[in-house]
Amino acid sequence: MTETAETVLPDARVEGERLWLFPVELEGATGWSSRPEGLCRGSICVPIPPGREREFLRGDQIDAAALWRHLGQPLVHSADGGTWVLGTAAADRGAAWHSLEAPDFSLPDRTGRRHSLSEHRGKKVLLVSWASW
Amino acid sequence: MWQALYEELKDHGFVVIAVALDSREGDPLPWIEAAAPTYPCLIDRDHRLADLYHMVNVPEAVWIDERGTIVRPTEPAGAYEGFRRMDRVTREMPADAARITAEAKATYLDAIRDWVRLGETSDHALDAERARARAPQPTEDVARAHVAFRLGQHLIRHGQPEEGDRWLAEASRLHPDSWAIWRQRAGVTELGLAAQPDFWARVDALGERRYYAPVDMKGMP
Repeated sequence: MTETAETVLPDARVEGERLWLFPVELEGATGWSSRPEGLCRGSICVPIPPGREREFLRGDQIDAAALWRHLGQPLVHSADGGTWVLGTAAADRGAAWHSLEAPDFSLPDRTGRRHSLSEHRGKKVLLVSWASW
Repeated sequence: MWQALYEELKDHGFVVIAVALDSREGDPLPWIEAAAPTYPCLIDRDHRLADLYHMVNVPEAVWIDERGTIVRPTEPAGAYEGFRRMDRVTREMPADAARITAEAKATYLDAIRDWVRLGETSDHALDAERARARAPQPTEDVARAHVAFRLGQHLIRHGQPEEGDRWLAEASRLHPDSWAIWRQRAGVTELGLAAQPDFWARVDALGERRYYAPVDMKGMP
């Protein structure tokens, strides 16, 4: 699971702290792909440190956990290795705050209909939390 | 709480988006039905907005202008600690605490009105420098807390409540300032009404520290 998506990956291979994914799985789940320049998402590419290729690549597969740790981003997994959450680093949140751009999101209302922040662009928005507790 | 304000200002380019940081299926629904709001009331059971916007309690608000720019980072939305002086049996509040609570709420609503009327020239709409100065500064522990919370919620929903609760406990340990995480966990362990003594104990443990962070706004306590 990432910030924006939950993906079921039947071909993923978990070995302890390693999460080996095929490129199409990695890209589908996280947006990251393997290119000659390294591991890339959008316009950002992170070179694989020389001599450490085997930490990240094995045959066709990429260790998503190694990538996440290399990026300094938090990740956790269930005891049985069946569920992994790949999160966003504090530094990225800090950069977003510095930009003052309100992060977009999409969440359901009580009828299940989804709403995004961006659909209200052009209005002043009061985004307010509440809870039954 | 926001319906009247929304009705008053909705024809002036204003909308409220309320987000329920409620993880149990069906939890916020009775409250939403009773209030019958006409603005979007969204359900955020994984607390994604708490992560994106650094929300640690309810009610907290973010002001976002027409261009999608944050003009007031996340802050308590007119809420005040008055409830801490409530009689825990009778639930009565001393008159002065009730008055300050009402004033804090009124001050916040007036500030929103001022912003809707005056836009970026409102004193309450912060320029970039002041907005950045007030922006949260999440730590790596907070970032880890949000992944732990997400995993915990997922496991609870998928038949692994014990491991799930351990992850919620870890999330709370990593992000002790988050009442949203702590209160959610209390719900999961089904303490129900028995959670109240735990809640008061945790509030009392704050001592002089605020339950709601002070809001830098003229007239706020």
